[in-house]
Amino acid sequence: MTFSNTNSPAIIVEDLKKVFRKRSGFMKSKVTEQWALKGISFTVKDRETYGVLGPNGSGKSTLIRVLSTLLIPDGGSVEILGHTLPKDERWIRQNIGRVSVDAAFYKKLSARENLLYAAQLYGIKPGVAQKRALEILGRLGLKLKRFNDPLEEMSRGMQQKISVARALLINPPLLLLDEPTTGLDPKSRRDVQTYLEEIRKEEGTTIVLTTHDMAEAERLCDRIAFIAHGRIVAEGTADELKLKADTENLEDAFIKITGEKFNDEKEEGEEE
Amino acid sequence: MIERIFRPMWAFIFRDFHLNRRYFSWVLVFTFYAVVNSATVALIGVATNDFKLLLNLILGVVLWSYLAAMFSEIAQSISYERWEGTLEYTFMAPVSRLVHLTGVSISATGYALMRVVLVVFGLMLLVPFHLGGANLGGIMVVMIVASVAFVGLGLMAAVLPVMSPEHGGPATSIFQGLMLLVSGIYYPVKVLPTWLQPFSMFSPATYALKACRKLLGVDALPKGASFSSQLHGASLRDVLPELGILLIMGCVLIPLGLFIFNRAEHWAKKTGKLKRTG
Repeated sequence: MTFSNTNSPAIIVEDLKKVFRKRSGFMKSKVTEQWALKGISFTVKDRETYGVLGPNGSGKSTLIRVLSTLLIPDGGSVEILGHTLPKDERWIRQNIGRVSVDAAFYKKLSARENLLYAAQLYGIKPGVAQKRALEILGRLGLKLKRFNDPLEEMSRGMQQKISVARALLINPPLLLLDEPTTGLDPKSRRDVQTYLEEIRKEEGTTIVLTTHDMAEAERLCDRIAFIAHGRIVAEGTADELKLKADTENLEDAFIKITGEKFNDEKEEGEEE
Repeated sequence: MIERIFRPMWAFIFRDFHLNRRYFSWVLVFTFYAVVNSATVALIGVATNDFKLLLNLILGVVLWSYLAAMFSEIAQSISYERWEGTLEYTFMAPVSRLVHLTGVSISATGYALMRVVLVVFGLMLLVPFHLGGANLGGIMVVMIVASVAFVGLGLMAAVLPVMSPEHGGPATSIFQGLMLLVSGIYYPVKVLPTWLQPFSMFSPATYALKACRKLLGVDALPKGASFSSQLHGASLRDVLPELGILLIMGCVLIPLGLFIFNRAEHWAKKTGKLKRTG
């Protein structure tokens, strides 16, 4: 599966807004609004890796969920691979892969069972899916003898590699990665990053990557957006951002431009 | 057609089969409990030395064991996904809700059938009764037709965990309990408080039981009938009104259940309720 129209941007987001309303108080009569996205606009070029950097609570995961068709925005427009949301929701779902920070699987099922289930949801034959899954996992450095082990017996790094394999089973033209390497050991992180570079080179996959890891962003991303409090406050290549902030490294540039630090606030507006 | 409908539908059956296999000890415990619970209820009929009561109780436990298992599997399918954290991945797959929920319903029906067969075997081992003269084929037909209506109810109940991550799962049990109360599974509806009796009209189990009692021939037995009494089960023609109502209920409840589910999914996407919890 590839996106053939290489002249068009892969993603066009204009004035995207998302608000979460929380009810509290007597009879839940008090409504408080928390804006997760306050009018975000950006464009991702075809075959580009676009990084979204921001602290927890800045709106990164909300953005990925909107692009994944899991949240309906409250304003603005989203065009993905020439198709608009929510009109072409089904087509878009068929053509995107997503990896979230938590490797969400049926923990009692084996990697094989989880991956074959996911592949069949996308209409892929089990035989074809198994062959591709083994190939991807081999390249990610997973010992293939673990393929039939339940997920609950695997480390977080192994689970996250299987999560990457699940997203890539359908060979999607667009990959949405929400902190895919958070919590991984250095070896696993490097395996995943190397593989992402390879598939981008081989398949021309467009990637949107949210991360806290400045080194990862510099290594993988063609362009980076700094997001804070639901707004994109700066955008450019890593060098352009450092130049703009007049800093030596990307983290300092982020702090200087946004006035924020990477902290552990929960995702803004979303209920736990 | 195969890629868009049948393979995704099979994916849910594949998943549920392997989940049941991996959680086999749970399946075993639940089935054991269903068998023992059914036998203890039926043995009340043996203790009273009343064949009519015994058959009414056996019919109630068998039918409820089947319908409740099927309803529960469908209604709780979303709760399981929330628990495992996979709900977002299921909902972002390019699968229509009709295909998704049909797959879940087929799987739930298979699981319920397996369990009811074991319950019947258990009853045969633990409870002295005979079914000579009963229209068992007719009872099977009624159970199949009633399944359709129960699938519709299950779809409606499955909405609850979509809407409320914390309270939706337990709420489906309340829904199921209310059906058990008003349908007259172990007693005639007329013993319910007068204000509650009209609610029995809205439960498919009421009509399924009414039809099955006729087909079993239990209605024709006198109170306190001996255990050697011969049964004279009615023919399918005699239960056509009940079958008709069950069919109409199925035709209304399944599209209605899907409609409500789709609305709830839209609401959950608007409010951010699909996000993983737990």
